[in-house]
Amino acid sequence: MSPDSNVPQIEFDSVTKSYGTGRLVLQSIDMEILKGEFVSVIGPSGCGKSTVLKLISGLTPPSAGAIRIDGMTPENARETISFIFQDATLLPWRTVIDNVGLGLELERVATRRRREKVSSLLELVGLGDVVAAYPRELSGGMKMRVSIARALATNPRLLLMDEPFAALDEMTRDRLNEELLRLRDEQRWTAVFVTHSVAEAVFLSTRLIVLAPNPGRVHAVLPIDLPYPRTAQLRETEEYEVLVAHASHILREALAQ
Amino acid sequence: MKERLTTIANAVAVFLGLLILWQLILWIFRVPPYMLPSPWAVAKAVGHRFPSLLTSTTITAEESLGGLIASIVTGVIVALFFAQSRWVRKMFYPYTILLQTVPIIAIAPLILNWVGPGAPAVTLIAFIISLAPIIANTTQGLISVDENLVHLFLMHNATPAQKLFKLRLPHAVPSLFVGIRIASGIAVIGAITGELYAGSSQVGVGGLGYSILYAYSQLQTDYLFALVVAAIVLGFVFLFSVMFLEWLFLHKWHESARTPETE
Repeated sequence: MSPDSNVPQIEFDSVTKSYGTGRLVLQSIDMEILKGEFVSVIGPSGCGKSTVLKLISGLTPPSAGAIRIDGMTPENARETISFIFQDATLLPWRTVIDNVGLGLELERVATRRRREKVSSLLELVGLGDVVAAYPRELSGGMKMRVSIARALATNPRLLLMDEPFAALDEMTRDRLNEELLRLRDEQRWTAVFVTHSVAEAVFLSTRLIVLAPNPGRVHAVLPIDLPYPRTAQLRETEEYEVLVAHASHILREALAQ
Repeated sequence: MKERLTTIANAVAVFLGLLILWQLILWIFRVPPYMLPSPWAVAKAVGHRFPSLLTSTTITAEESLGGLIASIVTGVIVALFFAQSRWVRKMFYPYTILLQTVPIIAIAPLILNWVGPGAPAVTLIAFIISLAPIIANTTQGLISVDENLVHLFLMHNATPAQKLFKLRLPHAVPSLFVGIRIASGIAVIGAITGELYAGSSQVGVGGLGYSILYAYSQLQTDYLFALVVAAIVLGFVFLFSVMFLEWLFLHKWHESARTPETE
């Protein structure tokens, strides 16, 4: 699935971000992410990957430059954005079903509509059997499914993910990657995905943005021209392996700078 | 289950051993009963004067519970205030420590001066002495919320009320219970100490502290021991009640919630 149109959904116009006493995290970032794209941001640690997501979501303002989401400021675009964190960050005192419904509840969606939406999502992400369980009873992979379901419950147009699968074992991570793409096929949100894993980024994305560190800046942009739908078999193909090797090479270049 | 039975059996064995040791000391050193009564004499005192013992215990229990509930309510309100900002904490937190270090016995006469002897003064003392742990623990619970959860609420444009009732307060409940558990024991001790100074007798019977002083002045050492036993039992009842409530509220979701039997 290629981008739906050439409409930019996220625009960064020479965005600079520094924290506190002038520690420069990101330096004049220019980028456009089109509607329907799945963009992964990769780069060595300290290159400001997570900061990019915080800027898009309006959790932190840019020090200079402008960011527009669907032509709006990040704060105003917030209700169209969902965020998936590195840890599942569930409310431990709530059951699975109440965790998934949290966003809708905070946005004061009527109880009946909320229930319908939540139960259809729980089926979709394969949590139908554990709706009444508490987070501590779930495995890491299951918790992350709850977190994904919670993010999708508010029908986001834009999904931001900050290394969501970093803490999971490889098999669980691969399966959740496949499911994420399946969900994207059905729901057609735009995604910005931050990861350490080149293989994961190649598998998921329409495009990689490789950042170089100190200060963080765009080192390279790498389109991934592999057709969707992508399934587990893709990982065994030669073109996939070539792309992963190429991306790893560019990442090493970025690190050496 | 078997393990639990062994634990109980061990505790009973230790208790019986102590009673035997106690009796042996009386025989060997020929201790007069007004210095140290025999276990049997204490048991008899409990039996003979059970109604007044129960009345004393009830009076102290009411004062302790009143003080504890007052410090839970006050402590949570103060903690909510402290949770507002780091500056508020920096300005006011030292006074919480003051609350913990002020020797209650030293200010008891002052309270007596203000409130007059009786249950209100004792309740006030129990309240003052049990307040600090509630404030400290609840504040900690309110401010230690995971940053990403705060971000999540921000992303959904949560109102301040939603952040408080759906995030900070539920997150603070386990810490609040830690505070209540500590405070419950202190409240009972505070009430008994308070009664030593500010107790008064209603219908001829006072609280445990008051009655302990009275039994001492009358050289009723066996009854004095009976009162001490009642005070210990009261402390246990308070602690176990809190632990039961803690279990009731937390066992479903919180890792640290334990059953009352295991702690």
